Amino acid sequence: MAISKTPHLSWSARTVVGVPYLWLLLCFMLPFLIVLKISVSEMETVVFKDLITWTDGVLQLQLKLSNYLFITQDDLYFRTYLASLKYAAVTTALCLLIGYPFAYFMARASKAVQPGLLMMVMLPFWTSFLLRVYAWKGLLSEGGWVAQVLDALHVDQVLIALALIPGPGQYMNTPFSLVIGMVYTYLPFMILPLYANLSKMDMRLLEAASDLGATAWVAFWKVTVPLSRGGIVAGSMLVFIPCVGEFVIPELLGGPQTLMIGRVLWDEFFANNDWPMASSVAVVMILLILVPLALFNKAQSDAQEARR
Amino acid sequence: MSTSDQAEAYLRIDRLIKDFGSQDGSTYRAVDNISLDIRQGEIFALLGPSGCGKTSLLRMLGGFDLPSSGRIMLGGQDLAQLAPYQRPINMMFQSYALFPHLSVWDNIAFGLRREGLPKAEVATRVEAMLKLVQLGKFAQRKPHQLSGGQQQRVALARSLAKQPKLLLLDEPLGALDKKLREETQIELVNIVESVGVTCVMVTHDQEEAMAMASRIGIMSEGRILQVGTPREIYETPATRFVADFIGNVNLMDGTLAVDEPDHVEIDCADVRHYVGHGITGHEGMPVTVALRPEKIRISSKPPVLEAGDPPAPINQVKGRIKDMVYFGSDTLYHLKLASGAILKVTQSNTERHPDDNLSWEDEAYAWWSPSAHVVLTQ
Repeated sequence: MAISKTPHLSWSARTVVGVPYLWLLLCFMLPFLIVLKISVSEMETVVFKDLITWTDGVLQLQLKLSNYLFITQDDLYFRTYLASLKYAAVTTALCLLIGYPFAYFMARASKAVQPGLLMMVMLPFWTSFLLRVYAWKGLLSEGGWVAQVLDALHVDQVLIALALIPGPGQYMNTPFSLVIGMVYTYLPFMILPLYANLSKMDMRLLEAASDLGATAWVAFWKVTVPLSRGGIVAGSMLVFIPCVGEFVIPELLGGPQTLMIGRVLWDEFFANNDWPMASSVAVVMILLILVPLALFNKAQSDAQEARR
Repeated sequence: MSTSDQAEAYLRIDRLIKDFGSQDGSTYRAVDNISLDIRQGEIFALLGPSGCGKTSLLRMLGGFDLPSSGRIMLGGQDLAQLAPYQRPINMMFQSYALFPHLSVWDNIAFGLRREGLPKAEVATRVEAMLKLVQLGKFAQRKPHQLSGGQQQRVALARSLAKQPKLLLLDEPLGALDKKLREETQIELVNIVESVGVTCVMVTHDQEEAMAMASRIGIMSEGRILQVGTPREIYETPATRFVADFIGNVNLMDGTLAVDEPDHVEIDCADVRHYVGHGITGHEGMPVTVALRPEKIRISSKPPVLEAGDPPAPINQVKGRIKDMVYFGSDTLYHLKLASGAILKVTQSNTERHPDDNLSWEDEAYAWWSPSAHVVLTQ
């Protein structure tokens, strides 16, 4: 019994480690490779031509790169990518600005009220995401509650000055409504990792900082913020990455000014039916996100290596 | 050297009270009207069981809790209501509270940078601190890359870097294992004394307090029961609690039978004690005799009396060995007396193979000198 137990254990241990890898392979790597393959394929009416052909003793590998060339040549794609990154960055910054104090006070609230606060952050997930975004249409359009409040507070004047809305009372289908919708939707994804991080913080470190002459404000910037970097990075990625490719929110709340790459993707797939082109756009989008992230991670681990 | 206590008081804790309110509206008095004078340059240990208020007192000195009433005078200034960052006091925290995101160098520099010192000055002082605690090689490491003993030295360097007027140590060696603790005790005292800083430490470990402190205050239930040098606390405890808390002790209740100016005799259940000094009391008064186990001798043969010893049945008992614990350097015997009480006796193992080899269930005699006891009246 005792002898047969060890290989059984290692088998189950291997399964535990293997399942996530299998999941990643099947659900992320494989689809990506399929998209990559489509992006370099030639269309033959409705079917894809094989990449590798064998005719008359000639092995041919045919990669169609014209889609990628087209992306670099047509100004539209460049501008849309840039707009997507810009809106994602603005959303991430706003989520951080709102989410950090929120998570901070949640983590410092008394233990009795913390579960309640956490519940309130998660409560929106109980309703369909689509419904919640759709609700903003009603709130922001003329006569909507939020629109009325904004009018009463003369926020529209500020927004016009910032060129975020075209005229008084016109909040819908503008960069303003788009960002409101994205911040609203993604805020919990910023708050939750920050809360998890901040609530674990050792409060004695703040006492130590105070003991060494730091005021509460200095201790916050020199101790709390650096120690919550993990939460800031995790939250920012959870917000930034899906925002770049966001389709539903720009479709419902955005306008002609706010063309984002998700919309372009949709059009290439379903309006133009040009799957190779659409796949190319998708691959470039993934690279746009992954390459900076990989560089960032490498810089992180290099910095840690250097300190050892 | 020593003049009056008044002149020597460097840190004066004056009628300090700390009440903690609980949710049901009742209050709990953690520190109950403590007054204490601490001299410049001394290492003072607050020693007591957990919950005795020693940590609350230390936290009030550091400024992390504010007292309900009372004053904390340091160099003529009342600090009681100041925030921690306004006090010329630094603390070495229990399990150190080093900043995990900063290197050893930056940890030590943290306090100096808050003072707005020029860069060069900060660097000089950090280097001096690193040299003091012999951690120069580890300056760029992060705390988690250091051993427990090294972390302890970083914590010490960080708390000394600002040249505080008072250094607080909260269970300074609590996080170290026993072997390392003994080495570190001496090292820590040497560093603190070389800097010359006045030091208040809190510990629940009496060996630590005895080894490091010049004076000890024994605390219980928010009060200080006795203040004295380690020897005074051990050899002349003032109360039953102190005698029982510090070290091992046999406590025997009895009544004062003979009360002379130069000696007293006390009747207890198993033995009559002859104590070679007078006490303030009266015949018939209930007292407690405290007798340390190492001051009792034990043998299978009755003691041979010398000239001047009190006559035979006094200061000696006969019993049966119920338990023996061999510690290597010494052995602890539990001797069961006629009344059923247990007398604890320790003997140094000065010889590897003693002639008189006592064992379980052996009859044995135990005796002690007239100067071995402490008579406790409270």
